[in-house]
Amino acid sequence: MYDFDFVTPASLAEAAAALEDPEAMALGGGQTLIPTLRARLAMPSKLVSLAGLAEIRGICEDDDGRLCIGGATTHGAIARDAAERFSGLAGLAQRIGDPAVRNRGTLGGSVANNDPAACYPAAILATGATVVTHRREIAAGDFFQGMFTTALDEGEIVTEVRFPVPRRSAYQKFEQPASRFALVGVFVAEMADGAVGVGVTGAAEEGGFRWEAAEAALAARFDPAALEGLSHPAEGLISDIHGDAAYRAHLIGVMTRRAVAAAA
Amino acid sequence: MGEIAMTVNGKEVAAEAEDRTLLVEFLREGLGLTGTHLGCDTSQCGACLVHVDGALVKSCAMFAAEAAGREVTTIEGMAGKDGTLSPVQAAFRDQHGLQCGFCTPGMVMATAALLQEDPAPDVPRIRAYLQGNICRCTGYHNIVRAVLQASGQDPDRALAAE
Repeated sequence: MYDFDFVTPASLAEAAAALEDPEAMALGGGQTLIPTLRARLAMPSKLVSLAGLAEIRGICEDDDGRLCIGGATTHGAIARDAAERFSGLAGLAQRIGDPAVRNRGTLGGSVANNDPAACYPAAILATGATVVTHRREIAAGDFFQGMFTTALDEGEIVTEVRFPVPRRSAYQKFEQPASRFALVGVFVAEMADGAVGVGVTGAAEEGGFRWEAAEAALAARFDPAALEGLSHPAEGLISDIHGDAAYRAHLIGVMTRRAVAAAA
Repeated sequence: MGEIAMTVNGKEVAAEAEDRTLLVEFLREGLGLTGTHLGCDTSQCGACLVHVDGALVKSCAMFAAEAAGREVTTIEGMAGKDGTLSPVQAAFRDQHGLQCGFCTPGMVMATAALLQEDPAPDVPRIRAYLQGNICRCTGYHNIVRAVLQASGQDPDRALAAE
């Protein structure tokens, strides 16, 4: 690991100030960044720890009934504390990594990293959630901009994600068993107004996306049978040692049907 | 570089460490607690698991500075002062839940954390919870038996029910 200064800010304002330095990087729970640093794939001069910032941790509801989850909230806390209000999201968080990863890794860290096989993008896209930073609010559709790329500017901190709570939802993940990332993951959400969101992760080079043909079919009838005859094209999907594009396209259909059947 | 202080296995400790020092390095090289193992170097094997404020964490994926002022428990803190094995450790021995023993500190720390959450886990829950612990001797079957025994369940009966 290259050397760096470790900074523990006492407040979000202090963290934002420390991240004005272009050589500085934000550290969430470190479950991706620390292994990356150890592999010498990143060389920040300064690491700014966000994990201890109480003001961006925890879960609450806003006036519109949206579930607002702080960026420094761990996957484990989401699995436990969102279970009653948003079981689909809690179920997603419960299957990220392993227990030790869930005790450290954070929502904000995962979202800011935008790994193309990370789980949260599927839920954020399916529900039309809003990513909030210390500077602005960014709609789900504008936030994710391709593999490991987001709308975030340098030094911008994800303080919160606001999720409209669906009437019913579920996430189904076909795991790549060695990494436990999604080979294909699908989040299905039937929203309060009857609209349906289908968010897919792990399948495409550019990261998470919505499967709009399935959304239309499920809005007409929220039943796995509504997807009969519908398949996702293989074009543009990832082909690698774990599965080719046709296999991933097939999995998108299977995971979507399972998610609809499991939705609660 | 600076002094980092924390409580390890009930004892207040402090040592000089660089900012980039991982918790596992602080424990092993700073404090000489070499029971916590570094297995994979890529944060995938679980040999380095410890408890920080009661939560299971990978000490290779956390900086020592992040544990400053907190309570850390390592494998050295599991047995009694007179060397009496904890029930989890004793169960691993009884059930032959270790072969080379390299992964065992992580397995024991993970099992202790699981039993805090769920005092009587069933077999699927045990296997799911230990997903992040790799045993390259592939001794998983006896490890699951050890967790069953540690939780006061009869391994033969619990496995027959699968």
